Amino acid sequence: MNAMTQAWVRVGSINDIPRRGARCVKSGEMSIAIFRTADDRVFALEDKCPHRNGPLSQGIVHDGCVTCPLHNWVISLETGVAQGADEGQTLSIPVRLDGEEVILGLGPAK
Amino acid sequence: MTEKQKLVVIGNGMAPGRMLEHLFETAPDAYEVTIFNAEPRVNYDRIMLSPVLSGEKSFEDIIIHGDGWYVDHGVMLYKGHKVVGIDREAKTVRSEHGEVAAYDKLVIATGSAPFIIPVPGHKLPGVLTYRDLDDVDAMLLAAQSRGKAVVIGGGLLGLEAAAGLKERGMDVTVIHLMPTLMERQLDPAAGYLLEQELESRGIKVITKASTKQILGDTRVEGIELEDGTIIPATLVVMAVGIRPSAALAKDAGLSVNRGIVVSDHMQTSDPDIYSVGECVEVNGNVYGLVAPLYQMAEVAAAHLAGDTSKRFVETSTATKLKVTGINLYSVGDFAEAEDREEIVLRDAAAGVYKRLVLKDNRILGVVLYGETADGAWFFDHLKKQTDITEMRETLIFGQAYQGGSPMDPMAAVAALPDDAEICGCNGVCKGKITTAITSKGLTGLDEVRAHTKASASCGTCTGLVEQLLALTLGDAYNPAAVTPMCGCTELGHDDVRRLIKAKELKTIPAVMQELEWKTSCGCAKCRPALNYYLVCDWPDEYADDYQSRFINERVHANIQKDGTYSVVPRMWGGMTSSTELRAIADVVDKFNIPAVKCTGGQRIDMLGIKKEDLPAVWADLGKAGFVSGQAYAKGLRTVKTCVGTDWCRFGTQDSTGLGIKLEKFMWGSWTPAKLKLAVSGCPRNCAEATCKDIGVICVDSGYEIHFAGAAGLDIKGTEILGHVKTEDEVMEHVVALAQMYREQGRYLERIYKWAKRIGLDEIRDQIIQQPEKRKGYYDRFVFSQKFAQVDPWSERVSGKDKHEFNPMATLSLEAAE
Repeated sequence: MNAMTQAWVRVGSINDIPRRGARCVKSGEMSIAIFRTADDRVFALEDKCPHRNGPLSQGIVHDGCVTCPLHNWVISLETGVAQGADEGQTLSIPVRLDGEEVILGLGPAK
Repeated sequence: MTEKQKLVVIGNGMAPGRMLEHLFETAPDAYEVTIFNAEPRVNYDRIMLSPVLSGEKSFEDIIIHGDGWYVDHGVMLYKGHKVVGIDREAKTVRSEHGEVAAYDKLVIATGSAPFIIPVPGHKLPGVLTYRDLDDVDAMLLAAQSRGKAVVIGGGLLGLEAAAGLKERGMDVTVIHLMPTLMERQLDPAAGYLLEQELESRGIKVITKASTKQILGDTRVEGIELEDGTIIPATLVVMAVGIRPSAALAKDAGLSVNRGIVVSDHMQTSDPDIYSVGECVEVNGNVYGLVAPLYQMAEVAAAHLAGDTSKRFVETSTATKLKVTGINLYSVGDFAEAEDREEIVLRDAAAGVYKRLVLKDNRILGVVLYGETADGAWFFDHLKKQTDITEMRETLIFGQAYQGGSPMDPMAAVAALPDDAEICGCNGVCKGKITTAITSKGLTGLDEVRAHTKASASCGTCTGLVEQLLALTLGDAYNPAAVTPMCGCTELGHDDVRRLIKAKELKTIPAVMQELEWKTSCGCAKCRPALNYYLVCDWPDEYADDYQSRFINERVHANIQKDGTYSVVPRMWGGMTSSTELRAIADVVDKFNIPAVKCTGGQRIDMLGIKKEDLPAVWADLGKAGFVSGQAYAKGLRTVKTCVGTDWCRFGTQDSTGLGIKLEKFMWGSWTPAKLKLAVSGCPRNCAEATCKDIGVICVDSGYEIHFAGAAGLDIKGTEILGHVKTEDEVMEHVVALAQMYREQGRYLERIYKWAKRIGLDEIRDQIIQQPEKRKGYYDRFVFSQKFAQVDPWSERVSGKDKHEFNPMATLSLEAAE
């Protein structure tokens, strides 16, 4: 099972993230965007648009997608795949909720 | 990868424009293109100058390629650069400003120059030709005097100029050398009907008249005819024909007769140099109508792309006169001759005249006056050389009368064969249009124009194209269809705005629920628009939804390509001080800000600031008295000023003070799109107020209020709203105008686009003529400002939206284990 290979890290409360918004978590060099939808689901993507590396965490969140602030690419929160005619994919990172706690899965455990 | 070849084009008219369109379509990566245009503007539809002259269209309406097109295709366009020399040895061209460009292939498209009759006085000020937008502008200026105009030349161009000037209020006389008007396109009978029609519109027509001289000492006062008749005039327009402009080609040693001689591949005597357009002579002919010029463009583009199969073939072209209310159509050869027969239909009461010239039961020429709907059908038979024996009896009545009961116009279009030409200018046949509609899923006229070019030039076939749309799409075609705001709704912006007020919808979820949004929480297009509409309509009740704002408006700074931000503090009216500059310098040093730049709006931009640093940067700027310049907002940006009577020896009013007053009054307001103002202290206009959204020009007698300018992707001078006498009146008018725009504009629609949609007269009427309306707008703006004028920077320094600026967590490497 996937979870066995993940190191799960608590990064904060869902209440820290605005609905239809995002917050960033810095992990070493990588910036991870954690999104909260209108219906309180959470998703995590690397904070980089596959197009020109725009910070997705700064985009407008709508219906399971985020629109990149630089050139309006629309990225699926669930898969990181670019929607519509654009092609590309952003790394998606496992994330789950434990009550109100947001828990991020960061790569294989050592 | 092979290196791109260099293609240089001299001239930026319709023929080379069309050639490049074809080239970019078939071989987008073959050439790096440079264009030299002697006219200081982009490619526009020269055939449509007459509607611009008569006021039915504006220059923006007739632009074919806006600046964006050149950017998108990587074309280097030199505007206002006339090429003065071609060096065929070195393969370079040189412009009058000394710019030199090397070419692998060169296209000469220098067009034609109007022919000037060298009579005495032809150089007097007030003598114009009719060729480009400058001529139209000069005529419009002259027309303001409502004086008398003489148009020399009763051909297509001359008559369109005459009708346009008449429309603009001038007293117009047309002088024509030949016995009847438009003798090259019309037979005498139709020419006579046309003359009657023009006379009935108040245009005087003098035929068989030759100009002896143009009278006047320092400028035009009139003209004298050979028979001694003197006609007073303040404007003389010469429209007697055109000559190919071939001097440049001749100087370069290329073969030139009447025009630049080319093969049917459009190659000149130098195989690396092509030529297209009115400057060209091919098979001994020169051309001035658009259809053959477009054919040249197609051939040249194909050859440049390596396809040598296309050749220029002469075809007959139909002529139409673009004067509203005059229907006239002619094509082919309609001279009388022994072996020719004719069928004529006259209906004097209805002003209809139709004549077909036949030879061996085949159509040779067509002249239609008054009723031209069957033009395309006759032309189709002419081209195909159909034997008309069978339908000879009813032929002249047109397509509707062939075979049984009369057809309605729709059925007539349906009955046209697939290869019938619909758009003569662009050579588009019926089949190409219907195929494009079905295969590309087109639903409107604009889309058909974009994909096929049909009806995109002179527009006279627009009706036919619309019928084809209706025919192909059936009930699905709705010409009045509103473009929806976005994929989340069927409603357009105007309907949504109307319903927000009518149903008193005061939150985004309420709008989406009541107006049946198709998505659960909208998208990045509709949410910012709805948020603006609600902020504007319910300033005291609506709670601004920051999650529906674009990042710049959410964090009150401008996002840059690397994810850092830029910060622009307000400098009221562009004034600053040593204290302010010192504070900026200190901030730059303290936060290691990598770039500092002066903006076009007379302020200072600090670029490359990390998001986390923004609140601290604002805190320091705030201590020096700075507030946000809202350089990121769809809202009031800058008010640019000149120094006015404070310092300038020409200043007529306190432009700086007025600018600051306006800025202090209006800052913080949200608008449909950005709103930039300027105040100039005198008509020298150093603050460049005449290309702003709203501009004020101070004059001795008060203030001229301008609006609806643009200086971005589009360039457009302002329109005049009106003249007022006092600063207080300026404030009231400018603020009322801004509020009218706020209440009616569509999100992201700049004020000049809004003004074009609503109509300048409507705006002037409401803001200038109706004081109670103006007062209403003004009061609503003032009310909304009570809630808008809060400095967003100081709010955030005090802790608002803290989550925006800090990471939720920073994980050390250990924590990840």
